[in-house]
Amino acid sequence: MATDVSVIERLPTGIPGFDHIANGGLPRGRTTLVSGTAGSAKTVFASQFLAAGVQLGEAGVFVTFEESPAALRRNMLGFGWNIAEWEEQGRWAFVDASPQADDELMIMGAYDLSALLARIEHAVRRVGATRVSMDSLGAIFNRLADTRVVRNELFRIVTSLKSMGLTAVITAERTHEYGDIGRYGVEEFVTDDVVILRNLLEEEKRRRTVEILKFRGTSHQKGGFPFTVIPGQGIVVIPLSAIELKQRSSNVRISSGSPELDRMCGGGFFRDSIILVSGATGTGKTLMSTTFMASGALRGERSLLFAFEESRDQLARNAIGWGVDFEQMEQDGLLRVVCNYPEVTGLEDQLISIQDEILRFRPQRVAIDSLSALERVSTIKGFREFVIGLTSFIKHQEMAGLYTSTTPTLLGGTSITEAHISTITDSIILLRYVELFGEMRRGLTVLKMRGSAHDKDIREFSIDGTGMHIGRPFRNISGILSGQFTHVAPSEIERLSALFRDEDNPLLPEG
Amino acid sequence: MSEQNVSKPLPDLPTDKSEFWILRLYVAGHAMRSLTAIANLQALCEEHLPDRYHIEVIDVIEDPERASTDQILALPTLIRALPPPVRKIIGDLSNTERVLVGLEIAQHSH
Repeated sequence: MATDVSVIERLPTGIPGFDHIANGGLPRGRTTLVSGTAGSAKTVFASQFLAAGVQLGEAGVFVTFEESPAALRRNMLGFGWNIAEWEEQGRWAFVDASPQADDELMIMGAYDLSALLARIEHAVRRVGATRVSMDSLGAIFNRLADTRVVRNELFRIVTSLKSMGLTAVITAERTHEYGDIGRYGVEEFVTDDVVILRNLLEEEKRRRTVEILKFRGTSHQKGGFPFTVIPGQGIVVIPLSAIELKQRSSNVRISSGSPELDRMCGGGFFRDSIILVSGATGTGKTLMSTTFMASGALRGERSLLFAFEESRDQLARNAIGWGVDFEQMEQDGLLRVVCNYPEVTGLEDQLISIQDEILRFRPQRVAIDSLSALERVSTIKGFREFVIGLTSFIKHQEMAGLYTSTTPTLLGGTSITEAHISTITDSIILLRYVELFGEMRRGLTVLKMRGSAHDKDIREFSIDGTGMHIGRPFRNISGILSGQFTHVAPSEIERLSALFRDEDNPLLPEG
Repeated sequence: MSEQNVSKPLPDLPTDKSEFWILRLYVAGHAMRSLTAIANLQALCEEHLPDRYHIEVIDVIEDPERASTDQILALPTLIRALPPPVRKIIGDLSNTERVLVGLEIAQHSH
């Protein structure tokens, strides 16, 4: 990194996202303490540090104080790491310091841990390792009651690893998510670099975060970053605040599928933009996303739909009702529909799976129906991070994204979704019910169109067997957005129009 | 007398004279602590197990593979391989009384 003037070299760990928040990786040739409570994925981190190394062509030594090598081989297979095979190829070696079934240690007199050190050094030489993981310190403190001796010996081991030029990870338990770094209060003095893994329970929802507490003498990103543990991949860190706003934006316009809406938006949506469609249930949000995708298909563009409220069959049936054939689009390879319940998985996992789908299908258009369904399964902070991560990802792919958001009230109103993401979307379209002389009508307005002039009217919006139609502006009614309607006499409208004549809008004044 | 409580022999019962003792002592080179442990163990065996013991001293620096087989972490570590069950004792064996108890060597002096 250009701004990083430190001379401390980094070792890219290969753990997705982690190197980003670590400004390049762990300090090379040093030992990093990874501390966390039970179930915070310490062993996964320690294993992945080596597994990613093996995949980059670097051999590793795993010193286990807790789980047996057999258990580790079995447990880590689920992440796609075939440790047994790597052992055969001489790219991975275990130093087994796990407790044995009938291993009752009696301590009589002075001792040190030089046998452990000798075994580590031997294993390092045997496979030519550059990485070492030790998991976890608590187990050895437990078995050898003398904390002072263990601390001194660990210091000796860390010093020795350093002199061999090895980059190492040592894990340690903590009893609380906030407080002492390690259970024995000495762990952090053994190393210069500390990473904390947290497994928090916030509002009944589990949230994993990783924080780099210190990298002595060098830089890193501050604060906690969400991460998730995925089968077949391991730890994936989501480096939200480290995401840079550097995506290109183009002036290329794409059609929304409705010529009238394109006109209201000043010529269509921008190709690299995020459009938020907000409205109460039944106002036509799903129709708008369907139209958006059908329009892409007409031009041979691929669309990817993530649906969190309706099944694929329901969506296909709805689409037929509006004259759009999802099945034909799917057969032509122009559409992929991914349906699941938001409750199935956490938002971090949802984000990773959405990213995977996008990378696999490579669509030009992405629709999410609805984003607000995902609010349910997360905390507000988690949701916000999800939306920022998703938006940034979509924009980097240079595709158009359309999110729908359901407002909680029928008339007027905004949703939490809008409050959190309105500033990062490029366009906002509001769909609202309008009560007109005892009849419910639908209204549509373009609230925001970044980088372009747009129509400011609230226009009537109707739905029939051929899809959506946008009609004339509501002229004699005000208060639509707030849901507090007031009917205005035509003569008053004429008077007001004369007062504030809108030069940009040739449609005014009307009849 | 043929059947004897191996794990907890009563102190006044003499150890079966036919029992042979095999002891493995893991040490690190010629470190002071290693030499102390070797001397302590030899003196103890001479006194309590005359003519029926064998001590193998293993230098971990020279033979780390052996240390892996016996899962050795600390040095010095003494392993009682025979008679069963296997016992592991860590330290320089400076406290003779406790080592005798730990190894379950019955003491003939009262």
